[in-house]
Amino acid sequence: MRRTLYDKLFDSHVVRTESDGTALLYIDRHLVHEVTSPQAYEGLKLAGRRPWRVSSVVATADHNTPTKDWDQGIRDPISRTQVETLDANIRTYGAKVYFPFLDKRQGIVHVIGPETGATLPGMTVVCGDSHTSTHGAFAALAFGIGTSEVEHVLATQCLLMKKAKSMLVRVDGRLAQGVTAKDLVLAIIGRIGTAGGTGHAIEFAGSAVRALSMEGRMTVCNMAIEAGARAGMVAADDTTIDYVRGRPYAPRGADWDRAVALWCGLVSDEGATFDTTHVFDAAAVQPQVTWGTSPEMVVPVDGRVPDPDRERDTTRRDGYAKALAYMGLKPNTPITDIAVDKVFIGSCTNSRIEDLRAAAAVARGRKVASNVRLALVVPGSGTVKAQAESEGLDRVFRAAGFEWREPGCSMCLAMNDDRLEPGERCASTSNRNFEGRQGAGGRTHLVSPAMAAAAAIAGRFVDVRRLS
Amino acid sequence: MQPFRLHTGVVVPIDRANVDTDAIIPKQFLKSIKRSGFGPNLFDEWRYLDHGEPGMDNAKRPENPDFVLNQPRYRGASILLARANFGCGSSREHAPWALADYGIRALVAPSYADIFFNNCFKNGVLPIVLGDSEVSRLFDATLAFPGFSLTVDLERQTVATRDGSMSFGFAVEPFRKKCLLEGLDDIGLTLLHADQIRAFEARRLAEQPWIA
Repeated sequence: MRRTLYDKLFDSHVVRTESDGTALLYIDRHLVHEVTSPQAYEGLKLAGRRPWRVSSVVATADHNTPTKDWDQGIRDPISRTQVETLDANIRTYGAKVYFPFLDKRQGIVHVIGPETGATLPGMTVVCGDSHTSTHGAFAALAFGIGTSEVEHVLATQCLLMKKAKSMLVRVDGRLAQGVTAKDLVLAIIGRIGTAGGTGHAIEFAGSAVRALSMEGRMTVCNMAIEAGARAGMVAADDTTIDYVRGRPYAPRGADWDRAVALWCGLVSDEGATFDTTHVFDAAAVQPQVTWGTSPEMVVPVDGRVPDPDRERDTTRRDGYAKALAYMGLKPNTPITDIAVDKVFIGSCTNSRIEDLRAAAAVARGRKVASNVRLALVVPGSGTVKAQAESEGLDRVFRAAGFEWREPGCSMCLAMNDDRLEPGERCASTSNRNFEGRQGAGGRTHLVSPAMAAAAAIAGRFVDVRRLS
Repeated sequence: MQPFRLHTGVVVPIDRANVDTDAIIPKQFLKSIKRSGFGPNLFDEWRYLDHGEPGMDNAKRPENPDFVLNQPRYRGASILLARANFGCGSSREHAPWALADYGIRALVAPSYADIFFNNCFKNGVLPIVLGDSEVSRLFDATLAFPGFSLTVDLERQTVATRDGSMSFGFAVEPFRKKCLLEGLDDIGLTLLHADQIRAFEARRLAEQPWIA
């Protein structure tokens, strides 16, 4: 029987199966952060249980942490309590490793998992965070869970779940110069929709995906959830193995050789069948900009804001009209006529070293436009920050008028002080343009790091390839 | 967990697709370390005219009279009628906690986001999937008849009007149904298989010691 990568990952973790097909799935890696874990630890405590396998837990504080004035600690008392609650829970219950607030290696959970080698090919990886799909870039089965399931994994090292349907998203050809993994995944979501992957695990494949770096693959898998799929994944290859080699928690010596031999099998068999297949032509993908309040509301940068009156489906028409009203946009406006107030470069989608290099390449020797009130660069982790500083990227950003901050989730979801004010418009490298996501009344346009930097320089959206 | 068997309640319609969990419960309320108390902030940005923050006295805040939850005919509703892809976005279980705390016991929609769907079952909230045309008929009826209510019978897997003029069957996975009917703690159920988990784990960690 020819099996997909998803089949292989799922089947190799099944402890037992109920009569209705519900599987008890073993979890290798459990990533924990401060927002979705306190109630799970409380549940554990109330039931008098202990974590099943402490060595599976990798924890950090990222959602609530400030990105400046670290010497002043966390000023918001409610945020501080949540972070201190995680500190206390890890002290009581333990972890393989914990990167608390102020630690040099602290950062976004989906950045530090891969960069420390805590995320490895072939693993099941879960976290109380929907962007856990990121880790699927390593040929891992990775997906977000709710807090009850966080408690379930802590207590049993397993989850109860049914196997999802399989979807192949094959991207043939090559991305054009200046077109990135972010543009590709936005274009995919634009076509299949935010519910296109519901009930599915997506494998991203094809020559354009093979050509992506691990950072690019992480960006694509990160946004699988924005296409409705809990899990996105990419088969293992030399790019995967080269990235993992030498990371702090990667296997070494004879174990490394055994691991690589196993990991090489983490591909879909030739001729394996998928429940659904979508094929894309990479060469046709242009830099993308979202115009609405759902990631599927996206057009190429040379496009225009759509006209709701041209939509026949009433729910869709109403949705478009509501989105335009919220976004303060008129139908048929060219995307390049839209000016921005703030720019955010960061988040678990686009805060890795390669993202910062791409943005810095655009910012180098230029200045942030005068109408842009704040242009923020938030590295994904302390390690990314140190690497960027060693390459001088912080100086490039600062010289151009960007603020260079401490790592964290920051303005992706605005749980800390980094946020949009009502009516402010933002070019953002994050993953969600939902109403209020970056601050109540804030207006988010999702773009790639290079496009965000270009918007900061021009003060409006421009095709980064045509930036003068 | 509160069991779910039979429930009759007033239906409130949220007539838009892709309602995300940021809309259901905005991020500032996720700073709580408790499971309860989210109900007053359900749909906070749509429901109130001012900006909500944790610790505010919600009873004193200005309500948005245009939002359905605030309209007298839908007060006390316990069944939420929605469009496709309800609950998309973040994995925050605070979304079903807020719905349950508000008093919502069942949802009816053409589809839900996967993580949200799963989270509902863990909190005694039943997410029912009906076809597009069935959901549209229920929207029409809800808007036409003030106080329109439905009865959900999980054992029989039906959702129906009291007079029986509309009655729809729905699917639910047998294992989820059993857990909801009996209000079972699924951690306790899983731990019944602790020996099997231990054996699986021992084998896996022996073969791939780098996982530990």
